[in-house]
Amino acid sequence: METSQPFRSGDSVIEVTDLHRHYGTGTTGYHAVRGVDLAVGRGELFALLGTNGAGKTSTMELIEGLAAPTGGTVRVLGHDPHRERSAVRPRIGIMLQEGGFPGDLTVAETGRSWAGMTSGARPVEEALELVGLGHRRGVRVKQLSGGERRRLDLAMALLGRPEVLFLDEPSTGLDPEARAAVWRLVRELRAQGTTVLLTTHYLEEAEELADRLAIMHGGQVVTTGTVAEVIAGRPSRVSFELPEYTGTALPVLAGAEITVDGRKVTVQTTGLQRTLFDLLGWAQQHGIALGALDARSASLEEAFLAIASEAAHQAPPRSPATTARTARRRLIGSAR
Amino acid sequence: MTTAATSGQTATTAVGPQSTAARRLLSLGRAEATLLLRNRTALFTALLLPLLLIAGRRNMLKQQAESHPGLDVDTLLITGTIGGILAFVVYYNLTAAYVARRNELVLKRLRTGEARDVEILAGTAVPSVTLALLMCAVVSVGGAAALKLSTPVNPLLLAAGLALSIGTMMALAAVSSAFTKTVETAGITTLPVLLISQFGSGLLIPLEVMPPQLADFCRLLPTTPAFQLIRIGWTGTDGSAAATGFAGTWSTAAPHLVTGAVWLGLAVWGAVRYFRWESRR
Repeated sequence: METSQPFRSGDSVIEVTDLHRHYGTGTTGYHAVRGVDLAVGRGELFALLGTNGAGKTSTMELIEGLAAPTGGTVRVLGHDPHRERSAVRPRIGIMLQEGGFPGDLTVAETGRSWAGMTSGARPVEEALELVGLGHRRGVRVKQLSGGERRRLDLAMALLGRPEVLFLDEPSTGLDPEARAAVWRLVRELRAQGTTVLLTTHYLEEAEELADRLAIMHGGQVVTTGTVAEVIAGRPSRVSFELPEYTGTALPVLAGAEITVDGRKVTVQTTGLQRTLFDLLGWAQQHGIALGALDARSASLEEAFLAIASEAAHQAPPRSPATTARTARRRLIGSAR
Repeated sequence: MTTAATSGQTATTAVGPQSTAARRLLSLGRAEATLLLRNRTALFTALLLPLLLIAGRRNMLKQQAESHPGLDVDTLLITGTIGGILAFVVYYNLTAAYVARRNELVLKRLRTGEARDVEILAGTAVPSVTLALLMCAVVSVGGAAALKLSTPVNPLLLAAGLALSIGTMMALAAVSSAFTKTVETAGITTLPVLLISQFGSGLLIPLEVMPPQLADFCRLLPTTPAFQLIRIGWTGTDGSAAATGFAGTWSTAAPHLVTGAVWLGLAVWGAVRYFRWESRR
């Protein structure tokens, strides 16, 4: 099990303190980011998770310097990314949730024009090869598949050999093979010392890549730490189906909580090995076959779902989750 | 996709130069020029429409010359064509380009890079402005030679008029794009400015032909001052008095310089206030 490094603020490449973002004014306004604190160290891969409308993208946009926060401070590489953007931008790479390249330019033309706007750009060919688009250089962007467009987007974010890379849902829309390739690439970049902040819907992605992560809900960070730390204390789960006639009652399992739904039984336990041993011994003794038997340690997914539902119960009454995106889009034009 | 070995090797390869405002403008301009060349509709509007209108323009001016003897039809034809080129090639074309790039989320993506907002807007305008200037040069030189026109009285004012109209057209395009949902509807949303610039700014109907009150009103319209400066720079008069020499043109031009600067300021303010970098969905 890995443990999180004790954090020294001097090391951090991204420092976010009491960040707030409010769209609009008065009763029509929407408070999308409510006091977020984050610190990401040099060379660290940090994942931002959250339900839809949790404020991930709103937070990312503030850290990227695309908008000014309503309250709080952001420091990227020691600078305010919004006010001192000319000091920050040449050193970072950004991949948005949705592309944004003219459909009538070819892949190579897109690369060439981005290279002309990027300090210390690597050769375009090299960036395209990194994401496996080298053979598509003569193809118009509008003819690329969704996954290929995501990879073009990633290639453009990597053009300037950024010290800090922002990836907003980098593998959404990719097939499993392309996703694995993107993960490999992100790991290599991290091995070369790139700091990465990514948002993702795929908990597996965070589990696979992240040194540390934060789970957001309702504009706040609910939990943060390494995957192990976030999972720690979450129960493991055993599930199975009983045959129609067992002729005997379920055993008492120490330290476990049993839920029965018809023939389907779910056991939540903090001592998986002991519970399984007791359960299987009981089944053996009574000659009972347990159907669809499944036993699993606590996963990030379960931790995430539990944390999200706990947070939902605790959170103060608020407008529906979709409102954040709607409000953001509605106010985008007048934001500047 | 590649493996660790490839990116490990490439980590030591060439590194491009620092990004400067000039390089960014050129890169954006080049990409935008490629897009313009691949867009037949836009190319047709830009290249042919202003030239196709020359015949109609000439007929209109000739008819007015019948009731207003002394109207300099040939020179007005050339300055009017220049105005038409600026309106269609810079204003109309650029409005459509801003809308297209915004809806493709290109503008939003560009803002994540090193280019500043004003560079993104100017870079997108590079091909339109270049093409308009080239067409103006061809029409002026060719037209002046064919129609045996005199050389411009005050080239500085002519240049100031061109610069002012290009700046105003660019800013108006940015404003209009904010009120245009799709490229297809740009033909409708640009109509008010196009009509005002063609009929109300002395291009098709010279101001001296209009009733005095109407002429005074038209002098205050957004595109009139810049177009009048072009005319004064070339002919030495805006038609309201006899032509003067180089020195005299400055006092004729002064009020147009003031109203032109005010309109440029207003248009830029409007662009900053209303321009949208992302489409609403």
